[in-house]
Amino acid sequence: MSALASYFWERRQDILALTAQHVVLVAVSTFLAAAVGIPLGIWLTRRPKLARPILGLAGVVQTIPSLALFGFLLPLPLIGGIGARTAIVALLVYAMLPLLRNTYAGILSVDPAIVEAATGLGMTPRQRLWWVELPLALPVVLAGIRIATVVSIGLATIAAAIGAGGLGVLIYRGIAIVDNRQILAGAVPAALLALAADGLLGALERRQSKWRQA
Amino acid sequence: MTGNGAVPAVEFHEVRKAFGGRPVLDGFTLTVEAGETIALIGSSGCGKTTALKLVNRLLDPDGGRVLVQGKDVAAEDPIALRRKLGYVIQEGGIFPHWDVRANVEVVPRMLGWDEERRRRRAAEVLAMVNLPAEEFGPRRPRQLSGGQRQRVGVARALAADPPVLLMDEPFGALDPIARRALQREFLEWKGRLKKAVLLVTHDMREAFLLADRIAVMDRGRLRQIGTRADLVERPADDFVREFVSEAS
Repeated sequence: MSALASYFWERRQDILALTAQHVVLVAVSTFLAAAVGIPLGIWLTRRPKLARPILGLAGVVQTIPSLALFGFLLPLPLIGGIGARTAIVALLVYAMLPLLRNTYAGILSVDPAIVEAATGLGMTPRQRLWWVELPLALPVVLAGIRIATVVSIGLATIAAAIGAGGLGVLIYRGIAIVDNRQILAGAVPAALLALAADGLLGALERRQSKWRQA
Repeated sequence: MTGNGAVPAVEFHEVRKAFGGRPVLDGFTLTVEAGETIALIGSSGCGKTTALKLVNRLLDPDGGRVLVQGKDVAAEDPIALRRKLGYVIQEGGIFPHWDVRANVEVVPRMLGWDEERRRRRAAEVLAMVNLPAEEFGPRRPRQLSGGQRQRVGVARALAADPPVLLMDEPFGALDPIARRALQREFLEWKGRLKKAVLLVTHDMREAFLLADRIAVMDRGRLRQIGTRADLVERPADDFVREFVSEAS
């Protein structure tokens, strides 16, 4: 154990730099997925007929094996190629479903009596969205962000396969030279990152939902 | 009844409304005079809630006309129309993420009143429903009892001083003691405020207690409208007689 710890300590600069890369990959892709997925989820609540096919499509995309998706994206112009950009696009695609689905479900889960009161009192659709629906759906939307982030942290280790960097670099290198210490040097920080993100975003979620119950 | 030539608060003229081919209102006609309280009563599915929602355009009629203070609601902007009609629903529909004061101030805020005026008015209406603003204003809805939440709903509806109040089973979800307390308060401020109230209920006792006139509905039509004495002494048909007998 202490041998492993000293191994980590010797490689700390390498590990820290790759962790930073990893965080950037996840942060950028999750942010972009939220920027697209949340408004799209809201829009779907206004277009019930489109909701099923679009959520279904997002679900199907989710089932594409991640390594295969990275492979599919590589030859594409603009978004493809070796490097972080392709990885971010792939991670964005996977982060989209939880964000889309949770935003959609969160808004639809708001008590219809409250939505009707908001309309009946004379709120415009925009006021109703910003004052009532989004604040009340926020805990569910935050849960979507949490799930998307945690999933992305795990998936981003595979991004190293297409040269995007991140903690996956250590794991792939470790596998190639059959060095468990090096695999762990990538896997342990990735797991810790996922736990930290889950704990942090979970705490935010609980704080938001505490005072929202009727 | 006013009878003084004032414009009626709400009028329904031969209103028809169907959902999925099933008629819910079928030639419904009713006039609510300024300042009077009318109870709309009938068995569930008789169209009473539908009638109420046609007034603030949560629904639009398939045929006939609905007038508020002499003006056809179809010609009015629904948002502006709703802001001048008080609306109270069962279980309040209180916004759970806002404190009591924010709930009560919501319509004045949409109407662009300044903060000072909103505060003053919120304190006034909260006092009217026996929830002193200093004590209850900062509270969250989940810290209130069912009866208190319903009071907030009433205060919110009264905040912008609308001439017409629409109430959809406002006391239906309360326990008998809380319901009686709110009914007593209703009679108190009703006497002072002189508002036209259209109250949907399925409880004939409540209708007798609160309303000046009672409109008995069945299958989308008005069976009889009259005072308590009219309904008790001169019921128009067996349906009305049966409804009245349940309350006595």
